[in-house]
Amino acid sequence: MIGLITRRMALGLVTLWLVSVIIFLGVEALPGDACTAVLARDAQGPALAACREAMGLGTPAFERYLDWAAGIVQGDLGMSASGQESIAEMVGYRARNSLLLAAGALAVGIPLSISLGIVAGLTRDRWPDLLVSTGAILAMTIPEFVAATVLILVFAIWLGWVPAIVLTPADAPPLEFFPEFFLAATVLTMLMIAHVMRMIRASVIEAMASEYVQMATLKGVPHARIVLRHALPNALLPAINVIALTVAWLLGGVVVVEVVFNYPGLGRLLVDAISGRDLPVVQAITMIVAATYVGVNLVADILSLVLNPRLRSYRASRR
Amino acid sequence: MTAPALSAAGRAGDVLREMLTRPSGAIGLTLMILHLCLAIASPWLVPYDYKLMDAASTLAPPSAAHWLGTDHLGRDVLTRVMLGGREALLITGIATPVAMLWGGLAGVWLGLRGGWPDEVAMRLVDAFLALPGILPLLVLITVFGTGGEVLLPTLAFFFGIPVIRVARAAAHEVVARDFVSAARARGQSRPDIVRREILPNVTDTLLVEGAMRWSWMLLGFSSLSFLGFGVSPPTPDWGLMVSDARIYMSLAPWGVIAPVVALSTLIVGINLTADALAKTLCLDRSRKAVI
Repeated sequence: MIGLITRRMALGLVTLWLVSVIIFLGVEALPGDACTAVLARDAQGPALAACREAMGLGTPAFERYLDWAAGIVQGDLGMSASGQESIAEMVGYRARNSLLLAAGALAVGIPLSISLGIVAGLTRDRWPDLLVSTGAILAMTIPEFVAATVLILVFAIWLGWVPAIVLTPADAPPLEFFPEFFLAATVLTMLMIAHVMRMIRASVIEAMASEYVQMATLKGVPHARIVLRHALPNALLPAINVIALTVAWLLGGVVVVEVVFNYPGLGRLLVDAISGRDLPVVQAITMIVAATYVGVNLVADILSLVLNPRLRSYRASRR
Repeated sequence: MTAPALSAAGRAGDVLREMLTRPSGAIGLTLMILHLCLAIASPWLVPYDYKLMDAASTLAPPSAAHWLGTDHLGRDVLTRVMLGGREALLITGIATPVAMLWGGLAGVWLGLRGGWPDEVAMRLVDAFLALPGILPLLVLITVFGTGGEVLLPTLAFFFGIPVIRVARAAAHEVVARDFVSAARARGQSRPDIVRREILPNVTDTLLVEGAMRWSWMLLGFSSLSFLGFGVSPPTPDWGLMVSDARIYMSLAPWGVIAPVVALSTLIVGINLTADALAKTLCLDRSRKAVI
């Protein structure tokens, strides 16, 4: 099993390295460079030369990649193109705020989605299942910004329960984000529940249709015991990986939600950086998100390996 | 299903008929066809010019003159909602088949080829998928700017990447079956096996996948428009309309509600259709991963 875990970790590192190359090359492919992007119309003559000098754009791309990658490995994200601020400083509080949002969504979303998934799976094709499943399809298909806008319209404007947008500065202590925080977290939770719940439902249905459950029923084991002791432990194992994938998906969805609610997190910083064509900031945030994605999935894979002995054979790990 | 005696058109008709017997298929197809007809015919149906601003009646509530009211520049909301899906449908309508085609072919080829190209390509796919949601789109937009000529290839490229995985897995499943071994034993050439034995058996999976991807692409496209990185302003687009009207939401909720309803019905319609298609073709979508 140690071998499997090491292999999995090596794969994670390879993925991250490839992401860094893709991001670096993507920005290299730009017609012009970081200086022409920042200076825009003033990008000519001495100003351009001085800027290129300052950013070290004279050196070959390969050396710059090494510099950049080495910096990231050591936690140095470099300087932003526009304000010449340290990116690590810009990112710090915003990363915390995004994390806060994701944590809120996960804390409510995981238990809720698991229970709803079990209920739907056990009442397959009867009304509780139809209700939950239809709701999930709606939540999954409607874009984040639409869900967010509708929630603002109903709860902030018509009912007036919570403020519509967040005006708290990025570096405020976490408690100051309440109650504005609620609507943003609700949107993320809703979408998350929909995805996880569907997987759990399918997993429960599969377990309940299995031969060991049939056997237990024939032996006369009470229904509650079959569900709790036989079916659920098997049905819930895949949930670990599904939740990890959903976390990654939350990281993407968070961009739009943060913009809608004016929430000072990484996603909004990214959108601002894109509007200002601040390439170093875009690169840094993309790397952070990719690293989180790879990290979360790695943890999920290791957890399932530890909890599910059936995955520990070589064949299964090669999926 | 490989039998050449069964004509493709005949089978498509059977599938369509069975989809219509399911409530999800009937509702989904109706919504989708309605939206498509509207997108095609709307330039001749709209009551006003979409650029026409009426300073005298900005943010006007729904009335006989303006059925869905007007926006902050006094433009007719009904007109703009009717036209607002054209750009999105056109771009995603082209980008989805392109993505399915290149992703599907690459996936099938990799699945059959195996070896180091497969290993290298799968690592690259993993790396691209480590950038979730609209993030990779945003990065490319930073590099190349916005506009249809950038969005179309960008969407086609990124949405093709996860398809590689699906097609590869589907190809693996088919290769192991007896009729492929039989074809090999008969001495059929490799391109022949791919064309006559593998592809016909992978298309069902890819068809359902394509329908789902189309709705996700629409979602991504409208999110980009909403963030201001999609179509450029005078063009009516649902995402952009929601973004513009959001600020006046407390005064003029119709400006938000109308495009929201239009976009949601289209996406729900496509999803229901995909769902019915999957059930008709006996492919269980619920077990597939979210990516």
